[in-house]
Amino acid sequence: MTALLDLKLVFVTGKGGVGKTTVASAMALLASLQGKRVLICEVDAKGDVAGFYEAPPTVFKEREVLPGLFAMTMDTEASLREYLKLQLRIPVVGRIGPLAKAFDFVATAAPGVREILTVGKLCYEVRERNYDLVVVDAPASGHIVGQLAAPQAINNLVKVGLIRSQTDWMLDILSDPASTGLVAVCTPEEMPVTETIELADRVSKETTVTLSAVVVNRVLPELFGRQEEEVFDVLGSGEALGRLNELVGADAGPVLDAARLAVTMRRTRSTHLDRLRASIGGATPMLYLPFLFTRSHGLRTTRQVAASLGEELGY
Amino acid sequence: MAGSRPGRGGRSAQDAGAIRIAGSAPAAGSGSMDGLLANKEIVVACGPGGVGKTTTAAAAAVMAAVRHGSKVLVLTVDPAKRLANALGLDGIGNTEHRVPDEAFRAAGVKPRGQLWAAMLDTKESWDALIRHHAPDAQTREEILANPLYQNISGRFIQSHDYIAMERLYEIHSESDYDLIVVDTPPTRNALDFLDAPQRMADFFSSRLLRWLIVPYRSRLVNVATKPFYQIADRILGTEFLADISEFFILFQSMYDGFVERSESVGRLLSDRRTTFVVVSTLEAVPLREAEFFAEQLTARRLHLGAIVLNKVLPDYLRGAGGASVAEAMKERAGDLAERLSPTLAKVDPALGDTDQIARVLTEVADSYLNFQVVALRELEERSSLSVVPEVLATVPFFDTDIFDLTGLLRLGEQIWD
Repeated sequence: MTALLDLKLVFVTGKGGVGKTTVASAMALLASLQGKRVLICEVDAKGDVAGFYEAPPTVFKEREVLPGLFAMTMDTEASLREYLKLQLRIPVVGRIGPLAKAFDFVATAAPGVREILTVGKLCYEVRERNYDLVVVDAPASGHIVGQLAAPQAINNLVKVGLIRSQTDWMLDILSDPASTGLVAVCTPEEMPVTETIELADRVSKETTVTLSAVVVNRVLPELFGRQEEEVFDVLGSGEALGRLNELVGADAGPVLDAARLAVTMRRTRSTHLDRLRASIGGATPMLYLPFLFTRSHGLRTTRQVAASLGEELGY
Repeated sequence: MAGSRPGRGGRSAQDAGAIRIAGSAPAAGSGSMDGLLANKEIVVACGPGGVGKTTTAAAAAVMAAVRHGSKVLVLTVDPAKRLANALGLDGIGNTEHRVPDEAFRAAGVKPRGQLWAAMLDTKESWDALIRHHAPDAQTREEILANPLYQNISGRFIQSHDYIAMERLYEIHSESDYDLIVVDTPPTRNALDFLDAPQRMADFFSSRLLRWLIVPYRSRLVNVATKPFYQIADRILGTEFLADISEFFILFQSMYDGFVERSESVGRLLSDRRTTFVVVSTLEAVPLREAEFFAEQLTARRLHLGAIVLNKVLPDYLRGAGGASVAEAMKERAGDLAERLSPTLAKVDPALGDTDQIARVLTEVADSYLNFQVVALRELEERSSLSVVPEVLATVPFFDTDIFDLTGLLRLGEQIWD
């Protein structure tokens, strides 16, 4: 399997709230620090990516936010304009205005059209070799399959016409496991794990894209080995706790409670992790990122996550 | 705050009057979920993804059934499998289903009311809608069989949003629940579902839709639509365009029904019997999204009833005393370990190893200090909250998953009073 950062096009997805944008931003940063020319494209226009680099808001036209790292926000109408200009050489450019509106309308109604404009733009950047790597902060796992399956869906629905003629080369790029990969981000919690397992299944059945890695985010540290945990249990009650309180001259209860919370949380989470591993761990590499106990988010955090990701990938 | 904005004097005064007459406007943040739910018929739970919306909605519904003795329905979108099982929803889909009293008894309570649950199946709901609006059997069958329809009903952007609100309307108007709690679908934008009914109405009354359903021959002679068709044909291909046209011609027959229905759904959402509960965690990104949502609700004159802050770390992590104990445990780990060793060795000689005890003390202290950073960050986020509705509820972080009625009651009690 091609190493993750040696792919040309990586879609990063995950359930809402698991840190999808964090991981996408960190991956793009890591690749750029490896000397690659990288484009990160935000498809859900929430304006988060800019925050992770502490850069001004991103727009459709890509901008270099850090050395070798370019960021853009997907805009299907702008993508259509670019497409018409570059690919179709539609004669009267003045007509594109109302046409785009018409197209927007058709795109709302006809499934796959909006998706194809997004995927098309991304594949175009890959085909033109404008970047070594394009990282996509893709739609959440509920929507990503529709996005990735769009070229195939269009192929089935549209028999002729210019759109049809465009989907074949996109499919070539998307179907090549050495070019394109999907990264699913999750946290070791019930719903994100379940959704990731379902996603893996749907991706293999409904799309031609390869699931290249599962990133497990916010993994809590293991506090104790087995015997240490016994020590902890004894410390937390009865005579030992009384002695500890006496020695520190205050109530150590809350401090021990916090550790107990951390231990239980990790244990609950590890059952979900086991389920994830059992379901897809064999076929797909799993990367683990630690829970960050930090005050802020922003470039500093993105760098931290990029460093952890780099360690997991063996850099 | 909202009432004192400039430029809206007349309306604000009116609102204030209405509230006084109703006599049920507690000061910001001081109201209870108990009181809020007792006065409403529809509760829409919304907020960013991954914050526990589904669980919170279910917990509120359970509490209303148990405490108010109401007949309550929770309409959920995508519950975790174990939660679905607990609500008896496994494999049931769109049909409303009563949660048996035995399930409550097993959780140690006796409900005074009834709890019903249903899951939202988008495809099934769309089909039901078509059956409802189709003018005749032939149109109905043609639409259901149309390849575009099949794609749209499953994947139409925002079709989830629309159908959730549509189902809500249908259930509310056709059944006798005292309270319906709706969980909203995860969307790209938490606001999408609010606009969905209007968007659907706009869609069906748009000029472009009329262009699309012009009979093919007259398209090429009509001056207004000719350029559109020439270019659209070239991009989409004639056949696909014909498919689209056929689909919309069929759909056109349901136009009036759809628009009327969409407007009714919109009215229901802004009705005073409906309230919105915004769920969030105290992490920066979801909280900003939740705040934005709360502001938008107010701007649209929808009723923001409550904000529920979920998965909040326990208070003991914020005490200054805890931090100094943790620091002391870290700094004096070796010394403390030696003094504690005899006590531990009494339990089991193997536990008396001083290096091991010192390691445990250091880990425990580090863990406290780590979590304290996060807990203080949460506190900061909370105090910067710009919108404070009637009810501001906080749910502590539960160290285990919530997947049954016992868990839902445990959560529900936290938000109730």
